[in-house]
Amino acid sequence: MTDRAVVTGIGVAAPNGLGPTAYWRALMGGRCGIRRVTRFDASPYRCTLAGEIEDFEASRHIQDNRLLTQTDHITQMSLVAADWALRQAGLRREELSAAEMGVATAAAGGGYEFGQRELAKLHKQDPGYLSTYESFAWFNAASTGQSTIRQGMRGPGTVLVGEQAGGLDAIGQARRQLRDGSRAMLTGGVDSALSPWSWAAHEAAGSMSRSSDPRWAYLPFDERANGYVPGEGGAIMVLENAQTAARRPGVRIYGEVAGYASTFDSARPDQPSGLRRAIETALGDAGMAAADVDVVFADAAGRPDPDRTEAEAIAGVFGPCGVPVTAPKTMTGRLCAGGACLDVAAALLAMYWSAIPPTVNVRAPVPDYELDLVLDTPRHTPVRAALVLARGIGGFNSAIVVREYR
Amino acid sequence: MSRRAMITGFGVLAPGAIGAEAYWGLLSEGRTATRAITCFDASPYRSRIAGEVDFDASAGGLTPAQLRGLDRAAQFALVAGREAVARSGLDLDAADPTRVGVAIGCAVGCATSIEREYAAGRLQNPGAQQRRPARAARAAASLHDTAPLHDYVNPSSIAAELARMVGAQGPVTLVSTGCTSGIDAVAYAARLVEEGSADVVLSGGTEAPLAPITAVCFDVLRATSTRNDDPARACRPFDRARDGLVLAEGCAILVVEEYEHAKARGAGPQAEIVGYGSRCAAHRLAGLETEELQMAAAIGVALERARLRPAQIDYVNAHGSGTVHNDLQETAALKRALGRAAARIPVSGFKAATGHALGAAGALQIAGCLPAMREGLIPPTANLREPDPECDLDYTPGVARQARVDTVLALGAGFGGLQSAMVLRRADGGGR
Repeated sequence: MTDRAVVTGIGVAAPNGLGPTAYWRALMGGRCGIRRVTRFDASPYRCTLAGEIEDFEASRHIQDNRLLTQTDHITQMSLVAADWALRQAGLRREELSAAEMGVATAAAGGGYEFGQRELAKLHKQDPGYLSTYESFAWFNAASTGQSTIRQGMRGPGTVLVGEQAGGLDAIGQARRQLRDGSRAMLTGGVDSALSPWSWAAHEAAGSMSRSSDPRWAYLPFDERANGYVPGEGGAIMVLENAQTAARRPGVRIYGEVAGYASTFDSARPDQPSGLRRAIETALGDAGMAAADVDVVFADAAGRPDPDRTEAEAIAGVFGPCGVPVTAPKTMTGRLCAGGACLDVAAALLAMYWSAIPPTVNVRAPVPDYELDLVLDTPRHTPVRAALVLARGIGGFNSAIVVREYR
Repeated sequence: MSRRAMITGFGVLAPGAIGAEAYWGLLSEGRTATRAITCFDASPYRSRIAGEVDFDASAGGLTPAQLRGLDRAAQFALVAGREAVARSGLDLDAADPTRVGVAIGCAVGCATSIEREYAAGRLQNPGAQQRRPARAARAAASLHDTAPLHDYVNPSSIAAELARMVGAQGPVTLVSTGCTSGIDAVAYAARLVEEGSADVVLSGGTEAPLAPITAVCFDVLRATSTRNDDPARACRPFDRARDGLVLAEGCAILVVEEYEHAKARGAGPQAEIVGYGSRCAAHRLAGLETEELQMAAAIGVALERARLRPAQIDYVNAHGSGTVHNDLQETAALKRALGRAAARIPVSGFKAATGHALGAAGALQIAGCLPAMREGLIPPTANLREPDPECDLDYTPGVARQARVDTVLALGAGFGGLQSAMVLRRADGGGR
């Protein structure tokens, strides 16, 4: 089979760790990156906690000053994560032609930190203030576009927007592009809620936790679930054809993207959520049965209704307490378009290290949900296949199955 | 047997044209609809011209909540989507909703609404907060009354609105690849149909970017025309006197449907999406133009997938943005990709007529190509009077031309250096 898509490099920017190793250590230690927002003054807001990355200094990783001034924080993190992923994959530019490499990323709304700054200037100053380089930095396509330039990739470039589910769609699209002739793809997403606009938007949606205590804020599947905590970060991965990867001696194959599906809930309350259908379709796409899945990385909305919907979908497919379920995003917050990609990275790392990272802070799981939640400490067990779920506000559901590559 | 992606209906909201019929009239008669900007005070800007849609949202069948809360781009998508479904004859109640998807292109999302909210003080300015915490706190509290804000900041809401309107429960996404979003979204829809993820996908593109923030972005790039004294003739693709593009808003929604699905319900598809290629120039982020080598490569891929030789293309629908650089590069890309056939194939572009509607542009192009195939009439490139000697292809200046059009090559290029090419084949004219 020529069309198996394998991950050979992972770049991570997470509130509890930069790079896959630091991130994995944080997950194993249950270290939570949720804290009081410092990126901007959140004091006038009701919600003040976020998964904020403390140790990312763009200029330490990107030497090109011009590039730094033309890019939003999320694009900078995305570019650096891509650098790391490519380095880990050992994929050098000379090995493939530029046209054989493409980029497919997820975005939610673009670089709002940058956009907000520009809009503030526009409304206070004359229109001549902007530079050519600044004018488009807030576009959704900025991270993909800058990646193609930085990496010299000339294959297909895609940007998909599906609220918090879009990250899985981007990875699904990267796999399609490998099937359509590309040899290697950069894929994933890095995003942020840590600008006043995004923050205001998250508050407007009314689902954020108002707790000011990180231990009590984001408690998916818990009796005291009271909303989510947003954050910043994500993951960029190198997805390539297994045959391309096999040509490089010593390449580390984390696993393959074996199945993918996406569904939508078009707001008819009498109808069941499409999440279960997404799970079943993704399993079917992978040619796998529910019993083949060793762990589910839940979307973990953190509110009673969507938590129940997700629990029902999982228990419906896998049976009551039929599969270990975890939500490492309790340690990072929900990262907009980046969160689902980070979960895929966590799933691949779980396969690599044979351990399921825990869900933290959840103390009183709702018994009716019938979920085998992996709480507080990692569960050390072989992980041959993992299911990653993501949902986006508006009705988006996506599911990806990753499994060991043999 | 492989699945084929057909286009079975489309709806349009364009400058100078409400509805698909009016749009074809505008294009085929070689008229233009660009004008002095009326929707905001454009006096501070270099370029004060745009293609504005005379859109009466209240006449489009939207609910009061949709009229109040939705961004203009989403309203466009709903109204054009309704027309598209009606024209396709598709009975959505009879369709399996789990087999219906949405893939819409949009470049700047709800930027206009965001700017409006900002100007109204409903988005926080952190500097102001520190100076006046009490007032800022009140403003923050009032945010909870503005639920649409989340939808504006997350433009996936546009795709979600359309999905809810048609009851789609299959794959739903927004494709946001700048000015190629429209073509890329239609290609994405075709892929969903071909791979079996959906039988019907509402696709196309929508864009409502006309606001100071977008105007200023294009101003600083010096990409937009400054022919402010002659707005109707401002955009002049392939003309010696061209001086830039004209911003526009607009929307085209297409019903992309699997061949057997359409056949089973007795629908007469208009065209098949037979090829698509996409490349990145990987050169300059703000490059809004065609890049010769990569566009030629994208065309090559699209032709190869379509299993067509260059000489088998009957008509090229150009990106033709009307910037000095784009039209030269696009001409060179066509010559490089099509070889000797390039000189014989009629080319035309629609952006003189409508302006450049960014993420909707590609969908609007396709929506003009479909009646061109049906009518056997190539719509002209408007405003082309003095050809640039270096743009030496047959651009169909001024007046429409009768010709059998079985196959069309449509091109798009833009932000991020993305280059896209799509090949369409007339449903009843392409053999097979």
